[in-house]
Amino acid sequence: MKQYFKNIFIALWTILVGLKLTFKHLFVRAVTIQYPDVKLKLPERARNRLYVNIDDCIGCKQCEMACPVDCITIETVKALPNEDLGVTSTGNKKRLWVTKFDIDISKCCYCGLCVYPCPTECIYMTDVYEFSEYKRHNLIYHFSNFTPEEAEMKKKQVEQFELEQKMKKVVKPSEPTTVSNPGESEMKS
Amino acid sequence: MPEILNMLIASLIPLLFILTYAIVILWVEIKVASHVQDRLGYMYTGGFHGWAQPIADLVKLLTKEHITPVSADKILFTLAPIIVFASSYAAYAALPFTSTFIASNLNVGIFYIIAITSFVVIGILMAGWASNNKYSLFGAMRSVAQIVSYEIPTALSILTVIIVTGTLNLQEICEMQKGGIFNWIIFKYPPFMFITFLIYFTASLAEVNRTPFDIPEAESELVAGYHTEYTGMKFAMFYLAEYANMFLVSGISAILFFGGWNSPFGEFLSGPVWGVFWFVSKGLFFVFLQIMLRWTLPRLRVDQLMYVSWKVLTPISFVNIMIVGLWAILK
Repeated sequence: MKQYFKNIFIALWTILVGLKLTFKHLFVRAVTIQYPDVKLKLPERARNRLYVNIDDCIGCKQCEMACPVDCITIETVKALPNEDLGVTSTGNKKRLWVTKFDIDISKCCYCGLCVYPCPTECIYMTDVYEFSEYKRHNLIYHFSNFTPEEAEMKKKQVEQFELEQKMKKVVKPSEPTTVSNPGESEMKS
Repeated sequence: MPEILNMLIASLIPLLFILTYAIVILWVEIKVASHVQDRLGYMYTGGFHGWAQPIADLVKLLTKEHITPVSADKILFTLAPIIVFASSYAAYAALPFTSTFIASNLNVGIFYIIAITSFVVIGILMAGWASNNKYSLFGAMRSVAQIVSYEIPTALSILTVIIVTGTLNLQEICEMQKGGIFNWIIFKYPPFMFITFLIYFTASLAEVNRTPFDIPEAESELVAGYHTEYTGMKFAMFYLAEYANMFLVSGISAILFFGGWNSPFGEFLSGPVWGVFWFVSKGLFFVFLQIMLRWTLPRLRVDQLMYVSWKVLTPISFVNIMIVGLWAILK
């Protein structure tokens, strides 16, 4: 009998205790961040969308090799001897046309492994994280300055040049033929 | 002809009140829920703290398709929400909003309300049965068991008040408590009327299926209980009835224990217009208390529910009624 009344009293008392707690929380400042209106500052080293500064790219393909999910595709074409591509902002001489530099950002795992090997620091993570798209192919980013047609043209030019070099070699058989790639020897000189 | 017009107006006022109140209380409930959990709740619709969201929800529900399950009992399925809402709406007829307005000044007002709200049980059982869904039937069965057992402590605690007032007419009960806060029934026969109020409040909470007595529509167990299969406007009717019932039981506790439309300061701030204010704000206070309890207490188990009704509330209200009765005779 004593327990019975004690139980009732405890029940009422604990309801009051609970009500006090919930009432207190009614006036606690909400922890919600109104996301599209208010954005949290990202940490300094946050890894989000990749960006390539194509003017600095020397087409070394080190990032492509480093990528664990193969989301970077690079195609390069050698520059002709009479073309000068200039230097990068870090002072490296550019020797290749980067005709294709595609990053499939939907595959990207944001590991940042491509960032470290880059000799000119032209590929890096930005703090942009809102880049959803309605079509999947929009997520393949083209960083190269070349359109596919231009790239095709460039390739043909180089083939033409190599063919000419070969023809010269055939005409002058007395010369040593140790250098298999005349274009490369041309650039080294 | 003017008589019919009068009746129409008198019946329309509670309906308009229910509709506006439901929209307001939907917003309040969501806001209280989120702020208790340190969240913000909806913030966009309408500008200020999403005040237009309940209206948007209502419009959405109105435009939704009516789906009737193939194996459902079509007639009962359609009839159930109407009965549930109509019975809670009909109870508003005997509710005195102010000293000059009561839709129907019945001599048996409170008895009529107890009788007419019992129809809700029929509507709920109808909904659960007609849905032909095991969860709905479970919810309906639980609801009926709950409401029927809690009707007894409710009726007994109301009976205790009737001993004090000597009348069933709600307008007269309000009239009796005129003249300041200490004339309210809750302060009579201390502390027995307070115990009566606690019993009534607990039992009424169970009658309107609110937490901690919400096992009929326990979201985590039964999806939504008896209204699982309902869509669109029929679903909205259940919701409307639930909120209407919440105010109904709160209004009755305001009338029976807290002076109804009387001002707590005697003659100060009293009058027909202030009467509406006092009655509605007292009612809304108890609705707010119900909402706060929802976010404070966990749901009861079925056996605990029955324990509270049959072993705690009913015997205590019997003892209470005897003591108050003896006191009233001996005085």
